[in-house]
Amino acid sequence: MADDGKSRLEVGQAVPELTVTPDKYVPHRYAGASGDFNPIHIDPEFAKGVGLPGNILHGLYSMAQVARAATQAGGGDPRALKRLSVQFRGMGRPEAEIRVTGTVREERDGRVIVDTVAEQDGNQIVRNAEAELAI
Amino acid sequence: MAEAPVGKQYPPFEYEVGREKIREYANAVGESNPVHHDPEAARAAGFRGVVAPPMFCVVYSAGAMGPAILDPELGINLMMMVHGSQEFEWHEPVVAGDTITTEVVLKDVFDKNGMKFYVIESESRNQDGQPTVKGTWTEIVRGG
Repeated sequence: MADDGKSRLEVGQAVPELTVTPDKYVPHRYAGASGDFNPIHIDPEFAKGVGLPGNILHGLYSMAQVARAATQAGGGDPRALKRLSVQFRGMGRPEAEIRVTGTVREERDGRVIVDTVAEQDGNQIVRNAEAELAI
Repeated sequence: MAEAPVGKQYPPFEYEVGREKIREYANAVGESNPVHHDPEAARAAGFRGVVAPPMFCVVYSAGAMGPAILDPELGINLMMMVHGSQEFEWHEPVVAGDTITTEVVLKDVFDKNGMKFYVIESESRNQDGQPTVKGTWTEIVRGG
């Protein structure tokens, strides 16, 4: 295949890693952007009152980081991302690095499936993620 | 407890996509690709206007999901609910100025490991009737 500016995605190959450290106020900005103002995401005192270590990231924010990593692996065009399924486990916290890694599992009909996880401090916060990219 | 109303449909929800809302969302999640911010860059890349990042679908779908999650007939205890898993399948890109209509149906309810699982499916279309995203949302209620 001619060089089309995309990195080649071959079965068994790791895709470029994405790292991001959401700052203290990311959950507030994400709440405003998404409309999800559940206090467990934006109010540390409330969160502690219900047994959490502090306010936690929105799961769909973490999923958006997986989507970003997958889109990047697909060459950067948002149209490349055709499907993404994830499981939410554990909880993401602000002010700690999230690392999204993935490996190409299979290629079929012009699409690749990338197995992906997002982890933070050794815990998987998004697991069994499966991204389907058009190539 | 009454049988869960699997197959129940909820009212369609209409959302008008604004350029500044796309930018606000893109900034919140760290999407720096100019196609999500700049109309010229978006058009140069073949989009009709500033294009929403794929996961922006949660913004325009949320209003359709609310009535299902809060449906008294389902009786979901929000304090015990966690978002278990999520799948999206994308079709036509969504750009600033689009009007997206989302319809939601309760697809399945089942018990597993002492928890109750609610599977809700959403389908969104733009003003031309083209599908933009199909979502499968699995909510888990502990002790449900």
